[in-house]
Amino acid sequence: MSDGFITPLDIFTVIDLIFMAMLVVVGIAIVRLRDLFAVVMLSGVYSLVSAAWFVSLDAVDVAFTEAAVGAGISTVLMLGAMLLTARKAEPVLPARHWVALMIAVVTGAALLYATVDMPAFGDPLSAPNAYVGLEYLKQAGPDTEIANVVSAVLASYRGFDTFGETTVIFAAGLGIILILGMGGMVQEPKTNKAKEAPKSVLENTTHSAHHMVLRVVSKLLIPVIVVYGFYVHFHGDYGPGGGFQAGLIIASAIILYALIFGVNAAKEAVPPGLLRFGAALGVLIYGGTGIVGIMLGGNYLNYNVLNAGHPTHGQHLGVMLVEIGVLVTVTSVMLIIFYGFTARQPDISDKDW
Amino acid sequence: MNAVLDAFIALLPAWTLAHAAPLLVVSPLLSGPIALMLTRGKLAWAWALLISLATLVFALVLYSQVMDHGSVTYAFGDWAPPLGITYHVDTLNLLVLLLVVFMGVLSLIYGLPSVLREIAPANQAAFFAAFMLCFAGLLGVAITGDAFNVFVFLEISSISTYVLVAMGGGADRRALTSSFNYLILGTIGATFFVIGIGFLYMATGTLNMADITVQLQGKGDDRVVRAAFAFIFIGLGLKTAMFPLHTWLPGAYAHSPTMAGVFLASTATKVAFYTMIRFMVGVFLPGSVFDSAILLLVLAPMAVAAMLICSVQALYQANLRKILAYSSVAQLGYMLLGLSMGTAAGVSAGLLHMFNHAILKGGLFMAVGIFALSYGVRRVEDLRGLGKTMPLTAAGFTVCGLSLIGVPVTAGFVSKFYLVSAALERGWWWAAAAILISSVLAIFYVGRMLEMMYLQKAPQVDGKIAKGEPVSALALAPLLLLAAANIWFMFDASLPKGLADAAAAALLGGGGL
Repeated sequence: MSDGFITPLDIFTVIDLIFMAMLVVVGIAIVRLRDLFAVVMLSGVYSLVSAAWFVSLDAVDVAFTEAAVGAGISTVLMLGAMLLTARKAEPVLPARHWVALMIAVVTGAALLYATVDMPAFGDPLSAPNAYVGLEYLKQAGPDTEIANVVSAVLASYRGFDTFGETTVIFAAGLGIILILGMGGMVQEPKTNKAKEAPKSVLENTTHSAHHMVLRVVSKLLIPVIVVYGFYVHFHGDYGPGGGFQAGLIIASAIILYALIFGVNAAKEAVPPGLLRFGAALGVLIYGGTGIVGIMLGGNYLNYNVLNAGHPTHGQHLGVMLVEIGVLVTVTSVMLIIFYGFTARQPDISDKDW
Repeated sequence: MNAVLDAFIALLPAWTLAHAAPLLVVSPLLSGPIALMLTRGKLAWAWALLISLATLVFALVLYSQVMDHGSVTYAFGDWAPPLGITYHVDTLNLLVLLLVVFMGVLSLIYGLPSVLREIAPANQAAFFAAFMLCFAGLLGVAITGDAFNVFVFLEISSISTYVLVAMGGGADRRALTSSFNYLILGTIGATFFVIGIGFLYMATGTLNMADITVQLQGKGDDRVVRAAFAFIFIGLGLKTAMFPLHTWLPGAYAHSPTMAGVFLASTATKVAFYTMIRFMVGVFLPGSVFDSAILLLVLAPMAVAAMLICSVQALYQANLRKILAYSSVAQLGYMLLGLSMGTAAGVSAGLLHMFNHAILKGGLFMAVGIFALSYGVRRVEDLRGLGKTMPLTAAGFTVCGLSLIGVPVTAGFVSKFYLVSAALERGWWWAAAAILISSVLAIFYVGRMLEMMYLQKAPQVDGKIAKGEPVSALALAPLLLLAAANIWFMFDASLPKGLADAAAAALLGGGGL
């Protein structure tokens, strides 16, 4: 890698260094804090700073995903999980400190050891920039006519990996269904309201009449969020976005609805049974698109054959279909996880906090 | 036998022949979501069994194609490598694929009675869905020729494994902590692995495994490559339960549902062991990125420690499945020892032991599961008199147990024999001694169980021997088949030995490092 390239110390490099320094500071703060609420919030901050840094690195698709996952949905899910446990972390045994520290130091030393021979930051001739990566930039246009090369790579060239990732998300949803339950495959019986049937914390704390402003604003916001989700989905061919980010955005609109109007209202709008079906359906749409490729005479996940006269139109169609599969599975699984968490009763009551 | 296979394959439609490689993985992968939609346990089971039989057909097609052409390569989306993802089947992973498919089919046949008993009816369909994802994930790891694709399918198999283990929580709450333990360690392993893949991409600019090997030429001194090697080695070591990274294994195997225990014990660590061989010897250039000193100074001592320490730990366990689980870690030590020799003979012996250990440990877990289902047996002293009360199951257990010790007339003897001779050929007399000492320890922990079964009287209630639940033929048949296989592969080991020899020769040439 010693082709003499030296990273210029311009304003962009300085900005990158500032972002990295912020990440280190936030990371250390997360390790030191015992208050779980602060930890959850700081991990959201960590993701947001990472997302900003990815934008500065010109990796806008990654930045978008990081913002949607890390700063968005996983913060909500971690808060939901935190409500089920304690507010503070137990102190760790000192003996464990040392073992963990030793492992971390050895790992860090190995990473530092490797930096010496790493290509210089931004080197256009480094292996990742010069070999297959460059080939994608050259080929994606003529092969697929998809303007966003990232979408072409992840949905077509390496579409099988993305199929695998969609299945990973489905497996996570399956795990929640099996271990936590769907939290309302059986809805809380309405006749028992008088007997003060146990309700989830989220419902106790948010489903109340005082939040008039919240209710009105969110009613206005939710449709806009969903439309934005679809925009992100269908715009994925041309700019950053795609089924994964869109699924997270649409799921967060429904989670917002659940937070303001109660989980039961959300379950009436989007029933758990539908989500169970949707999580499975998305994987089948993705995998089925590949099977169609075989039936039309290509290899698995060959989209060219979807439109014999216009291979690149076939690419567009194939990418759109598999992205719909990703969208359906991601939206469903995010809501399955949310429902799974909210259905549980916390071990400690509100007053003990 | 090959003539029968050829005649059978001639009957198949052309698309099964052309697309056997992807369909082997995609069909169980897609069967998972469908099983979830079926919602009824028995229906989902029948569906999963049907699909697993289909994968058996695809695996046999691949077998005949590899025998004819040496290897099979399949480009997804018709994108030529290194742009696209490829599947690559050769003698090395063919052995693993056949093993996983056969054990998947047998575990499914065996599993129905135990799942109906152990898993809540509402969850049974989802349980079979998780099983099929795990099955597909392991096959996907073994078949792929793309380094990042290994990671994706490793995640599919891992996440579904955590779920399967946790489903033991209905009967045994310790399954939940075991699963959590496995989740944390497994995720650390996966993270190390993916850091290593990232470094490899940084150094080579490609993810195709064959292409990485080409690009690594002359880069043996690159620190990025060396760090990649270390991270991948540790990451896969965690997944393989390489001593001392094995702490997740005993709990996960002992407390999981019976069917999950049978399948995981016979496949999961085997696939990780294969992946380790593939990366260490296949992708990294032996002698350039690392030399045999690493194998001698790092891998061999850990292998020997596993063989001795975990065999001793197995002696002190009261829980039957814990005994078998500790014994598994010890047996993984034998396989890693074969790899650490760095010779074709050693790697071949390690692969053969992987195959034999899968069929014998699968059989032992099946037998223990049947004991638990009919008499609620979980501990060694509960085995009293089962040789009389459950003669067939006890006979199956005995054959597999003797194979575990390595008694002649069983398959376990063959692979231990090759391991010892490979060690002596290399001049490692201490390794041969460790194999013998560990085998003596196995005599004790297996003998303790056999003694309870055959020499102790069955506990009596009111002067009569208590009657257990009748044994389902579905559960018994796979056990007896595996017991028979343990004897068959003593007399005719040509299938696994032939594949293992060819694989080791292809990886290491005639000589070795």
